[in-house]
Amino acid sequence: MISALPERGARVEQLIKLRRSAANHFVTLLAVVSTVIVLAPLIAILGYLIYKGGSSLNLAFFTHVPAPVGQPGGGMANAIVGSGVILGIASAIGVPLGIAAGVYLAEYGRGGVLGSAVRFTADVLNGVPSIVMGIAAYGLIVLKQHHFSALAGGVALAIMMVPTITRTTEEMLATVPHALREAALGLGIPRWRTILSVSLRTATPGIITGCMLAFARVAGETAPLLFTAFGNQFWSFNVNQPIAALPLQIFVYAVSPYDEWHRLAWAGALVLIALIMVSVTLVRLYASRGEIKGGH
Amino acid sequence: MSQLSPVTLPTPEVNSGGKRAESVAAAEPAPPSEIRKFLQTRSTSRLADGSFRGLMLLAAFSLFVIIALIVWMLVVNSKLSIHAFGWHFFTGRQWDPVGGSFGALPFIYGTVVSSLLAVAIAVPLSLCVAIFVLDICPQPLRGPIAFLTELLAAIPSVVYGLWAVFVLVPIVRDNVGPVLEKSFGWTGFFAEPNFGVGMLTASVVLAIMIFPVICSISRDVMRAVPIHQREAALALGATRWEMIRIGVLRNARLGIVGAVILGLGRALGETMAVTMVIGNHPDIVKNLFNPAYTLASVIANEFTEATGDLYLSALIEIGLVLFVVTIVVNAIARLLVWAVTRGDSTRAA
Repeated sequence: MISALPERGARVEQLIKLRRSAANHFVTLLAVVSTVIVLAPLIAILGYLIYKGGSSLNLAFFTHVPAPVGQPGGGMANAIVGSGVILGIASAIGVPLGIAAGVYLAEYGRGGVLGSAVRFTADVLNGVPSIVMGIAAYGLIVLKQHHFSALAGGVALAIMMVPTITRTTEEMLATVPHALREAALGLGIPRWRTILSVSLRTATPGIITGCMLAFARVAGETAPLLFTAFGNQFWSFNVNQPIAALPLQIFVYAVSPYDEWHRLAWAGALVLIALIMVSVTLVRLYASRGEIKGGH
Repeated sequence: MSQLSPVTLPTPEVNSGGKRAESVAAAEPAPPSEIRKFLQTRSTSRLADGSFRGLMLLAAFSLFVIIALIVWMLVVNSKLSIHAFGWHFFTGRQWDPVGGSFGALPFIYGTVVSSLLAVAIAVPLSLCVAIFVLDICPQPLRGPIAFLTELLAAIPSVVYGLWAVFVLVPIVRDNVGPVLEKSFGWTGFFAEPNFGVGMLTASVVLAIMIFPVICSISRDVMRAVPIHQREAALALGATRWEMIRIGVLRNARLGIVGAVILGLGRALGETMAVTMVIGNHPDIVKNLFNPAYTLASVIANEFTEATGDLYLSALIEIGLVLFVVTIVVNAIARLLVWAVTRGDSTRAA
């Protein structure tokens, strides 16, 4: 009786140990499996894009405007240029505004109530659905102008860029060592000059990365353009007229019943992703050339 | 030193006179140096500094202006519909542009169900991946997996939609659908006919799209848990899973809930991919194979075709609903994430 007890205790202990180690292995396995499950669609999407899009790409895609229904061929040249125009407008408005707001937060608004309020507003604005931004731009510009326009599309995308750029600019400026600012101020350089030539200059690579992230995010946006830029089957460079955009064209072609248009939609998606990645990489490469290493 | 000289030049005699007096009164708090005084009195610098600050402040204020303009625009333009339907807008099941009767219940139902389903699919997977990347994954794999997750976030919504229309819809229709119907058909959630487009497909696409958000934020939150918590658990003889459960998940739970709500907010407002695969039919049925309609997709589909002021006004009111809901959801989520990661820099990462 006395000798049986410790033996039983040991067995229970062994069972518990076994259970714990089994749970540990089970969770490890679960984590590995779910990582594979999650990465599978990504690889499937990229694979499909390259396979389907690559086989339907040709020179006409980059040089021709869309062909009428039923006619083979045609391209998305006007949509590529149109996307460029809209994104140009969006960047021209969104980038300076976002960076300036970020500078305020990092250099003047530390710890203040106003700073916190702006920060919170930026975060909340970041979560507003893109289609609501489209309605806002529609109400503010399209209703006033009485017609759809590239300008309205650009403004819709610009207000989507601002919060992202503001927050990254602030974060990047926060990493600039205080000693650098103090050194500049100690040399008698006014504060505005210090911010422009020292703080911003040091944080430039990070800020450019943030801007490119915001750019990449809005470059693929379709929903805010549906009733602002509206789309156009022909060439247009007028910012006061409806204009074609690559994501819009992909959407229209994808939900159409024609095989030829489906083919073009795949090609368009591949080109869209390629353009986004190439522009982001190029700007980042260019930015890293003049990088100033802050002393820590 | 040489850079200083041009600044000190304009006031040499004042400077030399004050030097000795300063060194005598060393114990006293030093008065502002002459250079500083000189710089501060230079009106151009003061003007430039002030206007620069004002400019930056203006930009910061523009964020408030943007939010205010959006709200104002949504409210003013949906007034017609608000007056016409009042609260019945949210309980009405009829969406009849021809008869001029608008009720948003089917869209609210579609948005809520598809988003919750997407969160239910995405959350366990995201947490597992976050745990894998933080605590299990071998070091060389960490970078590539993080990069791939970021890539998933960079793919435009319309491309997800394109892929879903041509790849996911046939899979759900021909492979997954029949299996679900056979094994879970008795629950009533999976009943024929299954066309591939519908609530289930939309939720799967949404889950893929919100995964990067939930995963990266919950990873940040878990990383913010002090390392002593992990070490303490390990020192008590915990296995790796027990260390994660007791030391990490329990401490980070508030932030993880925040990450999940943030993902929910993203799913609620997602438009293009959902519009392309949900079938766009305003029904309220239990069957997940059935086509449905969401708030965002009804705006996307019908906004440019809306004839008549009341129709347009009803669509803008749907936009207002979407705006208010996502603002509230995001504000809650941000507060939760802030509460956890606030002291991040002082903690051992």
